[in-house]
Order: sequence, then structure tokens, then C-alpha cells
Amino acid sequence: MAKVLMKGNEAIGEAAIRAGCLNYFAYPITPQSEVAEYLSKRLPEVGGVFLQGESEVAVGYMIFGASGAGERVMTTSSSPGISLMSEAISYIAAAQCPAVFVNIMRGGPGLGGILPSQGDYFQATKGGGHGDYHLLVLAPDGVQEAVEMTMQAFGLAEKYRNPVMVMGDGMIGQMMEPVEFPDDLKTEPTNKDDWATNGMSTRKSKKSNLVKSLFLDPAELNQHNLNLKAKYEQMKKEDVQYELYNTDGDYQVLIASYGTMSRVCRTAIDMLKAEGIEVAMFRPKTLFPFPEKQVHDAAVKDSCKCVISIEMSMGQMVEDVQRCVMGKKPVEFYGECGGEIPSPEKIIEIVKELIG
Amino acid sequence: MGKAFSKPEVMTDNYTHYCPGCTHGIVHRLVAEAIDELGIRENTVGIAPVGCAVMIYNYFDCDFQEAAHGRAPAMATGIKRVRPDMMVFTYQGDGDLASIGMGEIIHAANRGEKITVIFINNAIYGMTGGQMAPTTMPGQRATTAPAGRDTAQTGMPIRMANLMSEIVTPGYVTRQAVLKPQMVNKCKKAIKKAFQYQMDNTCFSFVEVISTCPTNWGMTPIDALKWAEETLLPYYELGDYKTPEDA
Repeated sequence: MAKVLMKGNEAIGEAAIRAGCLNYFAYPITPQSEVAEYLSKRLPEVGGVFLQGESEVAVGYMIFGASGAGERVMTTSSSPGISLMSEAISYIAAAQCPAVFVNIMRGGPGLGGILPSQGDYFQATKGGGHGDYHLLVLAPDGVQEAVEMTMQAFGLAEKYRNPVMVMGDGMIGQMMEPVEFPDDLKTEPTNKDDWATNGMSTRKSKKSNLVKSLFLDPAELNQHNLNLKAKYEQMKKEDVQYELYNTDGDYQVLIASYGTMSRVCRTAIDMLKAEGIEVAMFRPKTLFPFPEKQVHDAAVKDSCKCVISIEMSMGQMVEDVQRCVMGKKPVEFYGECGGEIPSPEKIIEIVKELIG
Repeated sequence: MGKAFSKPEVMTDNYTHYCPGCTHGIVHRLVAEAIDELGIRENTVGIAPVGCAVMIYNYFDCDFQEAAHGRAPAMATGIKRVRPDMMVFTYQGDGDLASIGMGEIIHAANRGEKITVIFINNAIYGMTGGQMAPTTMPGQRATTAPAGRDTAQTGMPIRMANLMSEIVTPGYVTRQAVLKPQMVNKCKKAIKKAFQYQMDNTCFSFVEVISTCPTNWGMTPIDALKWAEETLLPYYELGDYKTPEDA
């Protein structure tokens, strides 16, 4: 298929349809409202379901209901909206239902602003809702990857019966780029007979199904959490995604960066290379599971003097980088989070300071 | 000789966990009879609330999902929108529906979701141990209103059926009780009608049921029935508040 020029938010909506998701519930919030606007027109055209809920809280449970009933479903929101949905996300993770949440991050905390940010890293990867659970978190670096990751997200959600988050930011949502919708990322929903509440008449066993998260027996709840943990361990083995940039040569600094920020870092690395300064980049494409071994191995290379995590936050992913580098190299941090994206020149200045 | 009376097919053999004298068991039975009589069990999904009825799925052999506090109507909306062929009902208490879930119930009704809501009003929080509910009567004691509900501080009890009947979108809204056999029979008819409206894809349907909570009211089951009749019914008047034909 030929490339088309699309706004990120609209491309995400189209990607969901092309991946086979015909059910979308959402509540408007800047900077991602165009997803809902786009799908309010497109879904009826393809016989799908579009519903604007009364709040993000309600939308979270509309998603839970639809997902529990065995249908492929998605919502999109932005940071404060995801906070409101976090209750439902915890329940959906506990009840082991597949659902796709897209977070087009804006600055926080609180109302913050409406410009791009990466301030929701902790929320997405370390919790957000209550209890021991994880989302599988995909972090695109542009419109093309936002499309591909949105399409992948449904298959991953169904593979693990777990919510998957596609975490972009306001820049990815708002910018226009040429984009291609790959046919090979289309997936089919998996068999729901064992668990989905889609009516006893749909299954051979005629057994009733129950979607729940209450386990009053402590041994049972403990076992449930162990089962969830095993699933997260499986994600770590089978579904880590990452990119290494300019790691072939003898780099002095390893930049850790993801999403929109990584594109700025890539430009800075190319500019530094032209000056004869070798810098490499490690970019996690899955924020959970975090590519632990890959960042460690890239950091411990002899030529590498230090690692710096560059983020549109006040320092969140840097904690995972530090954890994985295990003290073998110094790990620094640089970040901004007012909504302005640090420039390549600023990154170059920071790197030059580091290497003295 | 055929059986004149038997356990509904959709009910399991489990013992319920409800307190002695609690009327949840009666309402469960009425819902079960309606499901059996309409022949919808294999196409039905119930939504369990947070509160005393959270384990309702242990007593029904049909599909169930468990919602968080107050969110059952949103969850039911999600299911019904993606599977309009299914019969979806919520079963909620007064803390769940009239307090934390007020937004979800009003908007589900206003959208005219083709779901059935069974709303148990016993004027108190049961599962959490007798705290004040939005439906608690003036002067009624609760663990968080030890001197009795002070309406100057907390407002008047919310009459959900009255409130729901003000929604312009067509719907079926009724208030029933299960305090006497004749009330139980009327309640049964209302519950069946509520499901029938959903089967016919007519409208949202809402059945409020005045019930008892002897444990948290600190009464015997007999006294609880008497107190409910004397205290709750004059304020929570029984009857149909709205039918789709009114629209």
C-alpha cells in the first residue's frame, strides 16, 4: 500500500480498524481528541461501535465490559484521563482481559499543560492503578511506529490476556507524517471459550464463564498474583523490543532515550558524528518489559565512558537504566518537561559537557 | 405427578452468604425465575456490584462479570454495545448505585442503554458494616451517623426511582418491595417486565427494590420487615414511575 500523509492521532484510529478493532469508547482530552473525532466518522462506516462515554472513569469500565465479553476494544486518552482510567486498568489486568489503551502524553502533574511530555513513564510501567500488575507498554517514536504498535497491541493483549498501552506524546499525536499501514500486522482474535462472558450459547462446553478480580482466600489471591507474575516474566522473555543506534563504532557516551525524545537525540548523534564525536543510543520500544540486558550490554562496552538518560520528564526511565547498568558505568540524567522538546543543540551541549 | 415448584435452572446449589433475614435471597430468586421463564440464560451476562451482592455469581449459573464500586452500568454498556444480542443486567446496592455510581447510572439511563438494572435499596451500606448511605433515612442510625442521619449536614435521602423518572429518554422505572408475599409477587412481575423490555430492544429498565438489612439495622428479621414498611415505604413510594409508553 502507498504511503499516505496523516496526523498521528488519526493514523492511530485507522490502525485500530485495520487491525480488526471495531469497538472504541473514549472521552475527549487534548492532545488526542482527534482519535475520537476520526473514529466517530470511520467506525460507523465499517459497522463498528463508537461511543463517547460520560467520563474516563466510565470509559474504563466500558472497555472492561466489552473486553470481558470477548470483543476487541480500544480507548485513547491523555495523561489526566489515563489517571482516571487507572482504576479500571488495575481491574482489567487483575481479571486478565485483553484491551488496548493509547496514552498520548501531555505535561503534568495535575492539569499540567497540553504540550508533549514523557511524565507518565512511572505510571505506565510501575503501576498507576493499585496492586501488583503490569501493562505491556509500547513506545513509538513517530506516526509510522504509532500505527504499527497500535496494530501489534491487539495481538499482544490477546496473547497475554492483559491490557497493552501504546504510549506516545502530544507531538506524535499532533504531527503529520507519511505513513503506511502494513497488512501483515492484521491479527485475528483468539479463542475466548475458556473465559469470555459472551454467552453460554457460544461455547461447546455450555459452561458459564466469570470475569472477576476478587479472591478473598489469601492462598488463592497469592496464587493469582503468582500467575500474573509468570505472565510478566513471559513478556520479558518473548516480547522485548528495542533499537540500538550508532553502536557499531567506539562510542564515548550512550544515550538512553525513547519516543519523540529519541528522534531529537538521533539528530544530535548525527551532528556529533560529523564533528568526529561518537555517541550511541539505546531506545526501548517496549518500556515494559524493559530491555534490561540490551542497555546493560551497550553500556559496558569499553569505549563507553558514561550513560545518560534524556527524557521529557524530571527523571523516570533513568531509574530503570541505572538498575540495569548495575553501577558498572556512571548514569547521568537530563530532562525538560514544560512541554518544549529539548533541541539537538541542547543535547550536543550536554554530551560535550559529559565528555569534557 | 409433575413438580409444582422447583429451584430455577439458572440458580446453583450453593448456600448464599447473606445474613439471616436479608432479602437479597428473595430478589435473587425473582431474577432467576425471570431468566428461566424468558429462556434467556444462555445469552445472559450479569454484572456483580461491589457490596453484599459481589458474589452473586456463586448463585447463578450464567455468565457474570464483576465491576468495581458503582461502575456496573458502564460495564454493562460496554458489553451491550459490542454484543447487542446479549441480555445484560446489573444488580446493585444503594451505596454502589446511588453514591459512588450515581454518574454511571444516570448516563446509562440517559443514553437509553438496553440493559436491566436491579437496584436494592436497604437504606444502609451492608458489606462495609452499616455506614450511612445516600438512602439512609433522617435520624436513622449508622456507624458513620451514630446520632442518626442529620439532614442539615448530609441532605435528604435520595429517591433514585423518582430521580430516574425525570430522564427524558424513554425507559421503564419502577419501585417495588419484597416485604410481604403480595409485594414479592408484584416485584417479580416488574423484574420480568424489565427483562422483557430489554428482550424487545425497547428501553433501559430500572427496578428499585425496597429491602431489609436486619444485621446493620440492629433488628430481628421480623422487626426489620416492620420497620421497612413503616419507615421506608412512606418516603420511598412503591409503583411504576415511568414506562416507555409515557414517552
